[in-house]
Order: sequence, then C-alpha cells, then structure tokens
Amino acid sequence: MRTPLRPLARILQARADGLNPDQIERENLRLRHEAMREKSRARAEFRLLILCVSFVCAFGAIGARMGLMAATTPVEPRASAPGAEILAQRADITDRNGRILATNMTTHALYAHPKVMVDPKGTALKLAEIFPDLDPAALERRFTDGRSFVWIKKVLSPEQMQLVHEIGDPGLLFGPREMRLYPNGTLAAHVLGGTSFGAEGVHSAEVIGTAGIEKALDARLRDPAQAGKPLILSLDLSIQATVEEVLHAGMTMLNAKGAAAILMDARTGEIISLVSLPNFDPNDRPNPLVDKNAEPGDSPLFNRAVQGVYELGSTFKIFAAAQGMELGLVGPETLVDANAPMIWGRHRIKEFEGKNYGPLLSVTDVIAKSSNVGTAHIALMIGPLRQQAFLKALGFFEPTPLELIEAPGARPLIPKKWPEIVTITTSYGHGMSASPMHLAAAYAAIANGGVMIKPTLLKREGATTGVRVMSEATAMESVKMLRRVVTEGTASLAEVPGYEVAGKTGTADKPKKTGGYYDDKVINTFASVFPASNPQYVLIVTLDEPLDNTLSQARRTAGWTAVPVASEIIRRVAPLMGLRPKLEPPAVDAVTAASN
Amino acid sequence: MRPVLYVLSFLALIALGFWAYRENYATQAALKEVQSLQRQIAGLREALSIQKAEWAYLNRPDRLRELATVNFDRLGLLPMEPGQFGSAAQVSYPRARLPEIDFPVDVQGQAFEGEGL
Repeated sequence: MRTPLRPLARILQARADGLNPDQIERENLRLRHEAMREKSRARAEFRLLILCVSFVCAFGAIGARMGLMAATTPVEPRASAPGAEILAQRADITDRNGRILATNMTTHALYAHPKVMVDPKGTALKLAEIFPDLDPAALERRFTDGRSFVWIKKVLSPEQMQLVHEIGDPGLLFGPREMRLYPNGTLAAHVLGGTSFGAEGVHSAEVIGTAGIEKALDARLRDPAQAGKPLILSLDLSIQATVEEVLHAGMTMLNAKGAAAILMDARTGEIISLVSLPNFDPNDRPNPLVDKNAEPGDSPLFNRAVQGVYELGSTFKIFAAAQGMELGLVGPETLVDANAPMIWGRHRIKEFEGKNYGPLLSVTDVIAKSSNVGTAHIALMIGPLRQQAFLKALGFFEPTPLELIEAPGARPLIPKKWPEIVTITTSYGHGMSASPMHLAAAYAAIANGGVMIKPTLLKREGATTGVRVMSEATAMESVKMLRRVVTEGTASLAEVPGYEVAGKTGTADKPKKTGGYYDDKVINTFASVFPASNPQYVLIVTLDEPLDNTLSQARRTAGWTAVPVASEIIRRVAPLMGLRPKLEPPAVDAVTAASN
Repeated sequence: MRPVLYVLSFLALIALGFWAYRENYATQAALKEVQSLQRQIAGLREALSIQKAEWAYLNRPDRLRELATVNFDRLGLLPMEPGQFGSAAQVSYPRARLPEIDFPVDVQGQAFEGEGL
C-alpha cells in the first residue's frame, strides 16, 4: 500500500501548528526511498547467493572429476574401434612372395614363488624329470634359500606345460610369452640373425633382435603402428633354398671349409639370395666362440658373404680393364705388355704357375687368360689416384649399406699408402680386401650398364636410381670381356647352355695371421653376370679352402672349384626366376680391318 | 490444475529414471559383448598366426624336397631345368568346334520378293 507523500491530515495539523508541511513530505520521501533500497539489496544478495552456489557446484564438480581421474588407475576405453590390432607383437618377416621367414608364436614361461610352494624338494625332482637340462640339487637350493621369485624356463612347449600342471604345486606359475619362430630352420639364417628376450616380466617379455636384419631393423619390427604389416625382404625362399642346397653339395664335394653365395638383381639392387655356409638354426642360435685364437670364420654365426673380408684375387682385373677403357687408355683389342715375369723394384710379378702369356696380349685376352702382368700394366697407365677414385666409386672403400647389423662392421681393408706397387697388386685383387657383397655390388654396376645401385635386402618398389660410374659402352664391353672368360678363358666350366654366363674367376692365397701367405690355403671366387646379352643378375660364389681331387692332381684354382658350383647354381636357379634360356647366335667371324 | 501437473511431472520423472536405468544396463551389456568379441577375435588371430606358422613350417623347402624324393615313384618331380621352357606355339589348343546347323532355311530368292518384284 502506497503512503501518500503529503497526507492531508498531517499537513493540516502542521499548518495549524505553524510548522513547515514540506518537512513531512521530505520525511515521507526518505522513508519510501529507504524501503526501496532495502528491497533491492535483498534481491541482489539473493542473486549473488545463487550465483555463488552455482559456481561452487560447477567448480566442485570439475574438481571432483579431476580428482577422480587422477586417483583411479587408467583403463583402456572398452568400446574401441573395431579392427584395432589387439596383439601388440613383433612384425612378421616374409620373403618377396609373402612366404613367412619369421613369425611369432604364443607360448608360456615357467616361474616359481618358492614361498608358497608345498613341497620344494619333490617339485625340484619332478621338474628335473621333465627338463633334463635342469639340475635338481641346484633347483632345490634356489627354492629353499629364502628368495620369493625364481625363473625356471623361458619357453615351454604345450606338452611340457601339461606335465608341469600335473605336478600340481601352487608355487609353480606360468606367464604368457611371445616367441619368435623361424619355420624354415637354417634357411637364410645369416640374413635373419636371431632374437632373444629383453626385459622380462611375468605377464610379458620383450623380444629383441640379436643379429642380422632382426637387430638392424629392430625399431621397425617392434613399431606397434606397423605390427600388422610384415617386413618384406627381397629374398626368394625357393631360390634361397636351391642356392643353399647346391652350394652345400659343392662345398662338401670340394672339401671346402666354408662357402658363400650372393645372387643379386643388377637392375634393382635387390639381393635375391644370400647364403653363407656353414650355417645355424636361428631358432636355437649357438653361442659365439669364446676362444681367442679361433678365427671368426670358424663360427657358423660368421656371415662370409657380408662379414668375410677377403682378398678377392683376379675378379678385380675387370675393374682395371673397365677403367682403362673408360679413360680411353685402351680398347678391347689394344695390345698391352704381358711379358712375365714383370720386375717392379724389388718385386717380381708372376703369372699363374709361372706361365708367360706375352710378350703382347690384347686387353680382352688379358682378362680371358687372367694375366697379372697385363693387368698391372693397364693399372700403371691409369695411375694410383684415378684407380683409388674408381674403386671408391664402386664402393670398395666403405662398408656395404646392407640392412644387416653385421654390415657396417665389415670394413674393407685398404692399404694406408698407395704407392705404385699397391696399384699393381690391387689391380689383380691382392693387397686390399673386401667382402663378396662389395664384389657383387661392383659387378652389378657393370651389369647394370655402368650405374651403381645400392644393394638392399628389402623388396624395392618402383624405379631405382643410382650413380653412374662408367659409360654404358664401357660396361657393355666389360660384359663382353667377361663373356670371353667363359667361352675361351679360365671359366669354361661356367657355360650353361642358353644363359650366356659371363664372369671372372679369382684365386687368392689366404693370408697368415703372422704375415705372409699360405701355400695350400686359398679363397676361390667366381663373380658372374648373366645373361651376357642383357645382363640382369649377378652371382658371386666364394669357396673357402676348397680342393678338387677328383682327378689325379689336386687343384685349387677357382676354375675347377667355384666355377662349376656357380654354373650349377645358375642352371638350377635361372628357370626359377623365369629366365628363359636362349640360343646364342653363332659367333660372327671377327672382321679384320685391312688397309691398302 | 496444479496437483495434476505435479503428479504428471512426478510420473514423467519415474519414467525417465526407468529409461535411464535400462539404458545403463543395455550399454553395459553391449560393452561386455564387445569385450568378449574382442577376446574371441584375439584368440582367433592367435590361432591364425599359429596356423600360418605351421603352414610355413610344413611347407619349408627342406621338407618339400624330402617328400618329393620319397614320393618320386608317384609324383616323378624333379628340379626345374632350363630345357623345360616351351614356346606358346607348342601348346595345343582344343579345336574350335563350329555349332551344328539345326534348322536349315533356304533364303534364296527372298530378297527379290521383299523388293516386290
């Protein structure tokens, strides 16, 4: 109810009393204003309270939620996207056609909690019955010396697991394990290498690569984002098996200590087969040799094709010839001095078995007959600096870029100084050592029309680019010379009808540890390219200390050992690669330029 | 009027509560099913990988070579040889058979009739 500002009764009364009636009005106005102010203040206070409560509620809820999230253990969101990879495991390794080379298998590890064991002694005895390699006394000691956790076996087979179950001791426990499996056994063992367990827990264990491509590409294989995608190698399983079979037969027949073979696609740089014998089973990788006097090559773990750094002998001669032609110093028919023995300072350069192919020999014949003296003269024309540069371009000064953990460690042995005598010896493959892999890469450059392509163990997609190290014409002439070695020279046993094998033999005496060379221990190498008219593949075969005694006389030259093995490999493998044999056109009689 | 509104809103509240309760349990059941399906998928995947490994193991070149040798009488398998390449011309194609003539119709002279001569 609204009170009037000037109530008539009071005004009249005031007038009668002689007071100022305006005072009454002001008084009433003040009272009204006061009431209004009271009211709006109460409303504002109420609003502030509401606002305050809602803010407290909101922040309280957020705070409580944050506290809850921080305090609880994290859980995987249960409704994850379908098709998500559930098993986080090491990626498979397959060959170029998708056949499995390495995969995973789930199995179990056995561990014990001795504190909850009912009968430690009986359990130890029963376990030793199941696993003959365990010592019951040692096991019992470990069960009873007060420790609360003991690993017993890293990997169990299902049968063994069942037997352990049947012991029935509550202190024996199983932990799931993922195990690396190489279903093909020893096949491509040196490429795959092997794995072992890294950090081990009860619920899982890390599988880490210990050698070969497993170690070199460990990060890629363990990457969870790529776990579903297998690592595709350039190897071909059937070809690898065939090369291993033939090489093993050859090695046994020729009483060699070891052997290695590399088959490479010259166009793409892909290694189709890489074999080193003796080999091992990556499922059960043997321990490295501990004997200090043992040569590394005595261990089956040693990869002769990649780690074996040898003097590769006469297979190097083609590089001197190719460079001579590339520089325009000689042509295929240029006659060079080949008068043996050649005297250079204190050194006498001799031919095989003290022969003399001289006095003059065409460059083609120098290669075909494998003349040391002829090659030495070509190398002297080239000179040390240019020779070094060329060998460097062919990759002989650096470890091979192969995807194996062993590859970077296999440095070629290069003489520190490069006087002319080194130029001479290097031209026929002595004095500097390299691995068969280096040789394969360099021959692939010749086969690929002079373009050097980095060798790889991974399947390559698309076009490859390389560095040109010689002209196409030089490369073609070099292949022709190599072809002559097979048709008329030292590698006549390499002829495989229809496949036009071209190659160069090399026999190098093995160096003694104490210095000097062995008389009766050699490394035989045959480096070949086929088919010669359109080179596609490079095959290197190396035999360590072979001896052919099928005939009355013991023979150690590559032409009698590595060459027949290589030709058998080509005969067996070329059809597998879909290479069609072709009939060679009959040799055209050489046209002789006649001057009037 | 007002009491009716109260009763109605109360009933609506009960209905919504019931609905939320059911949804909650349905969601939990669905999650549980997803989990069990995923466990099944994981198991199957594991089995698949073991079977793949076994397939690779049974098809390892050593074993195939041995089997081919043992069963040579029946299969007569030998390693591939360069001489086994043939040319496409050597493949004898089955002779193309002409369809037989079922209803011979003599069409001679019909053209003239059609032209109305």
